[in-house]
Amino acid sequence: MIVSHSPDVAKGVADMVRQMVGKDVPLAWCGGDPGGGLGTSMEAIEKALQTAWSERGVVVMVDMGGAETNSELAIERLPEKKRAKVVVCNAPIVEGSVMAATESSAGSPLDKVRHAAEELYPRM
Amino acid sequence: MQPIDRTTQELIERIAATVIEHAGELTELDRAIGDADHGVNLTRGFQAVLARMDIIAVMPLGKALGEVGATLIRSVGGASGPLFGKLFVTIGIRLDEAGEVSRDILVGAAEDAIRVVMALGRSDVGQKTMLDVLVPVLDELRCVTASDLLRQIPRRAQIAAQATIPMLARKGRAAFLGERSQGHMDPGARSSELILGAVCHHLETRQDRLRGGPNS
Repeated sequence: MIVSHSPDVAKGVADMVRQMVGKDVPLAWCGGDPGGGLGTSMEAIEKALQTAWSERGVVVMVDMGGAETNSELAIERLPEKKRAKVVVCNAPIVEGSVMAATESSAGSPLDKVRHAAEELYPRM
Repeated sequence: MQPIDRTTQELIERIAATVIEHAGELTELDRAIGDADHGVNLTRGFQAVLARMDIIAVMPLGKALGEVGATLIRSVGGASGPLFGKLFVTIGIRLDEAGEVSRDILVGAAEDAIRVVMALGRSDVGQKTMLDVLVPVLDELRCVTASDLLRQIPRRAQIAAQATIPMLARKGRAAFLGERSQGHMDPGARSSELILGAVCHHLETRQDRLRGGPNS
């Protein structure tokens, strides 16, 4: 699942995932603040989580700042059983989304999907 | 008939007005080291709060603060929405549980709220964030004598916000700037200072009014 400050970025990343990885991976995106400007909306993230949900869980790809905080908050509001299966990924949003989706399309478990994306960031 | 108690409404309106009044300044601070939306975002949030005032005004203080927080979370959009939102929600829950407000209860509520903000922002003191105002103010709240409280808290908040100017940002977009983040006040520290100042100002006005007797 993709959360960006810009709906155009979020949709663009989702388009890349669809084309490069295919249609079988559960995918949702959202972007823009509640007023329609650049930013993120917790309620939009909650909705996207519903769309992206599968029993294997959801990896949330975020761009920066509020995208991450709002995602954390949306996850916190999930029922406990689901909450454990949703992770925010610390990875570049474009490349990370493609890598995570590729890993997921191979049927890998949540941890492995997240790891595939997070490997893209150099160790700090 | 009992006069309607407008204290909670006045408190929240004062906070909202102060933030909205300083929106331009907050956005300018954020333009220097962030993404230039802090004032815009908080204004949207507090305008949403004002729009719900008829519902909020009739709630007891704790519940009202919780509703303010929930409204900020829904409507702000930036990272400040969840962070300030959870701050208000947590303080609201604690005050609601306590059913009264005393210094000890306030200290406990503030401790909880700061813990929540630290966890959500994965941040700590010294990283050029709102915590650099909230934590020193909590210390002040713990130890200052009651009669000085309403004067000391805004002063401490102001000094603490100023102290973020030379700090190196380690959180948010400002962290990408590295040393270039130094020399600018953190916008979240400034908005925290403004909110705390508004609360104290409200309480002081109220005290003066109470001193002045029932009709003033």
